[in-house]
Formats: sequence, structure tokens, C-alpha cells
Amino acid sequence: MSTGLADREGFLARLMLLPAIVYIVALVAVPFVVAIAYSFSDVTAGNPGFDWVGLDNYRANWEDPVFRRALWNTFFFTAVTIALTIVLANIVALLFAADFRGKWVVRFLVLLAWTTPAALGAIAWVFMLDSLLSPIDWILQQLGLLDDQRHMVWLGKSGLAKASVIGVQVWRLVPLAAVIIMAGQTAIPDDINDAAAMDGAGFWRRLWEVTLPLTRPVIAVAVLFGAIVTVTDMSVVRVLTNGAPVNQTQVLASWAYVKGIDGGNLAQGAAVAVFLLPLLLAATVAILRAVRRWEVT
Amino acid sequence: MAVAVETVGLTKLFAGGDRPAVDHVDLATEEGEYLVLLGPSGCGKTTLLRMIAGLEQPSEGEVRIGGTLVNGLPPRVRRIAMVFQSYALYPHKTVRQNIEFPLKAQRLPSDERRQRAEWAAELLGLTGLLDRRPRQLSGGERQRVALARALVREPSVFLLDEPLSNLDAKLRALARDDLKDFHKRVGTTTIYVTHDQVEAMGMGDRIVVMLDGQVRQVGPPQAVYEHPADTFVATFLGSPPMNLIQGDDVIVGFRPEKALPAEVLGEGLDGHHRWSLEVHRIEYLSGDRHLHGLAAGLGKPTPVIVRLPATVLTPIETGTTHDFVLREDDLRYFDIDTERAHEHRAG
Repeated sequence: MSTGLADREGFLARLMLLPAIVYIVALVAVPFVVAIAYSFSDVTAGNPGFDWVGLDNYRANWEDPVFRRALWNTFFFTAVTIALTIVLANIVALLFAADFRGKWVVRFLVLLAWTTPAALGAIAWVFMLDSLLSPIDWILQQLGLLDDQRHMVWLGKSGLAKASVIGVQVWRLVPLAAVIIMAGQTAIPDDINDAAAMDGAGFWRRLWEVTLPLTRPVIAVAVLFGAIVTVTDMSVVRVLTNGAPVNQTQVLASWAYVKGIDGGNLAQGAAVAVFLLPLLLAATVAILRAVRRWEVT
Repeated sequence: MAVAVETVGLTKLFAGGDRPAVDHVDLATEEGEYLVLLGPSGCGKTTLLRMIAGLEQPSEGEVRIGGTLVNGLPPRVRRIAMVFQSYALYPHKTVRQNIEFPLKAQRLPSDERRQRAEWAAELLGLTGLLDRRPRQLSGGERQRVALARALVREPSVFLLDEPLSNLDAKLRALARDDLKDFHKRVGTTTIYVTHDQVEAMGMGDRIVVMLDGQVRQVGPPQAVYEHPADTFVATFLGSPPMNLIQGDDVIVGFRPEKALPAEVLGEGLDGHHRWSLEVHRIEYLSGDRHLHGLAAGLGKPTPVIVRLPATVLTPIETGTTHDFVLREDDLRYFDIDTERAHEHRAG
């Protein structure tokens, strides 16, 4: 009797896992460890020699007002983005669940935003928010909400630029969050919804007392995904405002890029990038534990 | 007396279905009665119940509750309550919150809600469990919570959809008693759906036997059992089912427990029919003997089952042929073509 390689289950399993492991080690684990190491060193693009400097980079960053601004923006943008995303995603999920004509077209269009790479989407938004050519301005002008000769200059003013960054993040996160939440809503047994109808609950009561509490675990997962994606994203700020006006819209991820890649100070850039890691880890653990507690069925 | 629920020509055709799930059903409950819808799975009984509840809109026909046409009205205005097969308790709410939910939807003030929830909980023996969540309850307790939630609004009709099928056999017998006892105390008209003939026979004031969306027979359990309207009802009810034997121009039927060995009744009795059974196999079940064999003398030789009660001690061996008698009154006749029952033996 002879057996082929394919009969050796252990071997086959390892062989098939190999590409994934190589990928993760090369593109995630190595840069991750290197970034942490760099953040404690004085490595720059011009002088790659590794010298241990302890917490110097973190101290220097902390004293930099732009870093503090970026840190605050990261929190602020993420919080507002997630809040808006969850509300909108719930509405979209309910719309997806409802039956109406042309439903698949709407689904397709909403999901399109999700399948578009963030940078590409941001480039489209650069045009949408252009200081002279903005179609949004044109619409506002046609509606009589804006004088014909005036412009919003979305990306040029601090408040509007921040709102724009948040708006684009929400635009790109809602589809994913809606799909996650819709899966949660579909998982509610039909009997529960029927029982609520028999018990006399109208739409709002059912939403607040049945649908939302029962989808809380998946909403938490959507929050977690959304928060991680928003905190770690540099492309939207980079493409949309590049931190303008005067670093008012800078976030940690984009500031790390400016410092480390544009400025060549790899060590300080790494320190900026790694700064939020402990916090993100703690938040992730907290949310996942809450999800487990909420999973009541 | 007011009729609680009435359906007139009620029909449901699902999109893509080739025949109606419910086909022109006319039913009327009597006040306070326990009406059981019985039929094999897929016979349309649950769809019928859901149309009465308002969870499903009929394709044709009328639903009347308390004399009022309720077609198109949402469930909450129909003054009915439903207990689901899965109980459908809200998993994130405590027992108390589950029971109070229908009252909350009615916007009752909280002290009244509390009072009525406690009344319902006491009636169903749930007082000690009010702060638990459904997952901390046993199957029987969950069922009682579902009943309490249905009861608390004091509906004019209860709809129960296979409420016992999620319980194990032992618990089911207990829960059946509980349900019947509950009905005795509240006296509310109840429509009960089941595919289990034991539940139907034991609990129903009247049984509605359904097949393929149509009502085949309506009547008290004993009448349906003794005088089945057609061969389907005859074989669906009873365990073992009614024996059917092809005669010359008619189908002859008899219940397995109606036949007795000839010597038990003695010779020469009037109004009795004598026949013989070639015994192939004997099963000994709960003290009774079930004789499987080939019957001769009633029509074409046909495999039948005879059920001898434990009190009949006549020795009978496998492989022998034995004479049996049946009272003429216990024979049932069905039309060969329509399979509907004849009143008397047709010529």
C-alpha cells in the first residue's frame, strides 16, 4: 500500500497554512516589531544606525503641540465618526431588510463605497470638496443656500476641514457597519419579531426594546472594527487635507507619516505610530469582553 | 353566545406555491372552547393560525374575531395572544420584563403593570422566578412564562402553536396537564395547533383534522375517532391506526382494539362478524398484545393489526390462524372512489 503526500493530513495542513503565515510574518509581524524597536532608538533615514535612547522620542513627541493636536483629533474624529456610523448603519440595515422596488440597486450603490480603496475614495472627495469646483457648493448655490459667487472652501477652514474628514470616514465605514448589523438583525429569530408584533409593539418599541438590545453584540463588533479602521487610517487625512490648515486636521497616523517618511525621522515617526497601541489593545479587550457578556441567546 | 373566532372561506396562497397552503377553511369556535387543529406537518394548520393572529394576510376569505372583520388589522388590535413553538421569549429581558412587555406596549402605568404581571406569574407558579432571564429557566418554566405573557393582556382568544413540541416526553405529559388546568381556570377560548394526536385527543373539546390545507373533519375527539369522515382521518388518528380492507364495492374499516378472539364472546352471537387472522408477529406493548397478521373473511386478504387488551388472556401463537369477531356496529364503511365514510353499508 502506498500513500501520497496528500494523505498526510498534518503535512497538507501546514503546507496550506504556509502562505498565510509568511504573509503575516513578513507584512505584519516584522514591521510591527521594527516599529516598536525604532521608537526607542535614534534611527533616521539619513543615519540608520541603531542607538537605544529609551523614552526620548515619546517625550519629544509629547512636548510637540502638533502631536497633541493629532492625538486629540484622533480621539475626536474616531468618536464622532463611530457615533454617526452606528446610527446611519442601523438605518441602512433596516432599509436593506425592508422590501422595496430597486432594492438591489440601492444595496449595490451603498456597498460600492466599501469596496472602493480609502485613498481612491478620498481623491473623489477632494474633487467633491474642491474650493472652486465643489459640486456640493454648486448644489447649495442652486438651492439658494449659498450666494452664487461664494464658496464654502470645505478643506480650507479648520472646522469645515474636520467635518469633511469625519464625513468621508463615515461615508466609507457605513457600508461595512451596515452589513455587520444587518447580519445581526437577520439572526434574530422570526418568532421573536412575531411575538413582539403579537404583544402589540409598534416599530419604535420593537426597535428600542427588541432589535437594538439583541443586536448589541454585533453593534459592539461594528464599533470595534470602525474604531480600529478609523484610528489607524492615514490615507483620508493625507489625501483630503494633508493636515491642512496648518496641521489642524492632523491625526496620529498621518502625523507619523509626515514625521517618519516625509521628514525622515523614522524613530520619532515610529513613536507616534506606536503611541496608541496600548490604548487600542485595552479598548479591544474591553469591547470583546462586553460582547461576550451581552451574548444572551 | 358570541363566537370568538370565525373564518369564512379562508385561503392562503404563497407566492410560487402550486396549491393553497390553506384552502377555503370555514371554522367557528364556541365560547370558551378548546379547539385543536390537528394534521401532519405541512397541512396548513400553522398558516391558518397565523392568519387568525394577523401575522399572515389571507389571499381570500374572512377572519372574524368577536364578530368583527379583522382582515388587514394588525395583531395588536385583535385582542388575541399567541404562544409560539419556540416560546419566543425576549432573551435579554427578565421574566418580569417579558410578562410586562405587552402591558408596556399598551402604555399601562407601571404600578398596574407590576400588579398584573405578578397576578399572571402567581397563576402560573412563576413568582420565585421573576428576576431570572429565560436562559436560566427549564423548558417547562419557559413555556409558563410564554403563557403568562399571553395571559397578562387578558385576551379574548389564545393561540397556541405546538407549545409542547420542544419539551422532552416526560415533561410533555406534565405540561399538558398544566395547559389543560390553565384553560380550566381562565376559561378563555383557545385554538391549539399540534401534529400529535395524543395531545389533540387528550386536550381538545373539538378537533379539526386538516390535510393539504383543507379541513377533513371537525368534531369532539370521540366522534372523530369512532366515526372518521374519511380514510385519511381513520388512519391518521389511533395508534395503531384503523385497519382498512378492500371489499367488493366498499372499503371496510375497524379499529384494532375492537376485534376479539371468537372464544371470548362465545358462539352464535347476532350482529357479529366472524373472520380469521393468520398471525405473523406479536408485539407486547404496555401490557397489550398487538397481533400483526393477514385478515381473511372481511374482503381481500389484507395485513391488519389487532390490539388485544391485557385483560384478554386467550393464548395465541405466531404462525397460527385464529378466529376473531367484530360487532357489526364497529365496522366502518368508506366509498372506494372518494374514500369518504358511508353512514351504512352501501349496496
